[in-house]
Amino acid sequence: MGDMMKGNIAIAEAAVRAGARLYAGYPITPSTEIMEYLSDRMPEVGGVFIQAESEVAGINMVLGGAVCGVRSLTASSGPGMSLKQEGISCASDEELPLVVINVVRYGIGLGTLDSGQSDYHRGTRGGGNGDYRCIVLSPYSVQEAVELVGLAFELSEKYRMVAEIMTEAALGQMMEPCDLPEFKDATKMPGFIDGKHTNPRISPLYKNRIKEAGEIKAKYEEVKANEQRWQDGYLDDADYVFVAFGIPGRSTMGAIEQLRAEGHKVGFIRPITLWPFPEKAFEKVNPNVKGYITVETNALGQMVDDVALTVKRLRRADIPVYCLPYVLGVPAMQRIHDDFLTIEAGEMKEVY
Amino acid sequence: MAKAKKTPAILTKQMMFCPGCGHGLVLRLIAECLEELGQDKNVIFGIGVGCIGLAGNGLDADKFDALHGRSAAVCTAMKRVNPDTMIVSYQGDGDAYSIGLAETMNAAYRNENFTVIAVNNTNYGMTGGQMSTTTMPGQKTTTSTHGRNCDITGMPLRFPELVASQFPGVAYVARGTMTTPANVNKLKGYIKNAFEAQMNHEGYSIVEVLSPCPTNWGMTPLQSVERIEKELIPYYPLGEFKTREAK
Repeated sequence: MGDMMKGNIAIAEAAVRAGARLYAGYPITPSTEIMEYLSDRMPEVGGVFIQAESEVAGINMVLGGAVCGVRSLTASSGPGMSLKQEGISCASDEELPLVVINVVRYGIGLGTLDSGQSDYHRGTRGGGNGDYRCIVLSPYSVQEAVELVGLAFELSEKYRMVAEIMTEAALGQMMEPCDLPEFKDATKMPGFIDGKHTNPRISPLYKNRIKEAGEIKAKYEEVKANEQRWQDGYLDDADYVFVAFGIPGRSTMGAIEQLRAEGHKVGFIRPITLWPFPEKAFEKVNPNVKGYITVETNALGQMVDDVALTVKRLRRADIPVYCLPYVLGVPAMQRIHDDFLTIEAGEMKEVY
Repeated sequence: MAKAKKTPAILTKQMMFCPGCGHGLVLRLIAECLEELGQDKNVIFGIGVGCIGLAGNGLDADKFDALHGRSAAVCTAMKRVNPDTMIVSYQGDGDAYSIGLAETMNAAYRNENFTVIAVNNTNYGMTGGQMSTTTMPGQKTTTSTHGRNCDITGMPLRFPELVASQFPGVAYVARGTMTTPANVNKLKGYIKNAFEAQMNHEGYSIVEVLSPCPTNWGMTPLQSVERIEKELIPYYPLGEFKTREAK
């Protein structure tokens, strides 16, 4: 078992070990430790650290690094992530591999400093102008966060897509034992611009957008087919299946152990890739399941839409899908447990 | 004997600027300077949004079409990861000084070692001639139809002067134009100085170019040149505002 590490610091060190050699960003709670750490660490390994004048500049600097083949990342939260969307959209159009760490804080506008999952829709639908997707990975522990950072760089480079780590304030700020990965290749990625015009790029004004749309769609289908990741448990005999990710996913898994000990047949799916959504997990579920329940820390319920789409498309339209949106923070196991009993008793209305 | 001039190798493609537009000439000078300095195969352009975007297709060189106003941020990183490659941020006045003022100014403030060529035609050309920060007092544009009222829109921005006066550590700051052969030659000298400063890692350099926009000014090319001479140069003086320190 490795040393105790704070989530944000572990993510930052994992990025260096994954080969990242450029960080640019702007401080915002609860993500700031990532840039603080990298301000020293990047120069140590011969990388570049730039404290940008804004999140807008930060993401555009990351684009500048990525288009030159340097593994590059930025981190932010809440309104800072909003400002980065123009750059993420541009990177998606240019098919640049880069990694964005979103340490989600709850809320709209300025929001709060509390942990939350209110960015699910934006992260999984693209977020900026145009029709695109980012690979979105959500860890539930510091150890998994470290592993997903490596995976984010790998998938981003493989598919030439933006990869987002959607973590949350609670995970960024908490400490856990953590084994760090080995150092990977940090030389420049091949195929990008080098000043010698060896890899000419087509200007956005001159692209064949019709042809490109087909290619992009095919690429996204390939990602959907190959890259779904999740953890599940007790799906074979489940009457009810919980779906929850990140730290709320961890609480949910705890509540499930309690409920099963009491004789309730409950199972869980914890999505690790939020996009592509792990539809394949639902194929394992007991055909006679009575309902699905999402546990989310947002106001309206967001992932519940994807669960309902998946369930009603892949399985049966008459299976109810419930949502427990705990707004912010980390839902207590006891609360999830008690709310399940309400659902089981038929006292809560389904969303779909 | 007169020297035969041939088109620089990186400028072989067709560009689609309006008749009388200054961009073609500025790009020609940039390409000539790069070639003469042996840097035409060691350069990456950050290309702004606007008419300037049309330059992208004409340049047979590495380039990245930055988002509107963000070229200086992109170029900052491109230079940091390629310290020995020439990085040229090619932008218009709207791109560099309005929507991109934060990025442009902060790159100068940090004294990033790349070159900005800012083509100032006192309006937003690509979108049909709206008012920009460099639009002259009283100048009619599609968003200042009665002439720019500086009481409510502020006075035109002189960015090179701002950089030279506030960020004394930068390497080189100049403004040129193309109204006469003598001015073209001077402008080429400014651009070359800026590039040499970058090659020597002296720091940030910017050359602003007063450039005609006959289409949106509603003038002939010749009238546009006259306007630059009579109206623009008195407000936007030509010359070097920060010269290179002897090394």
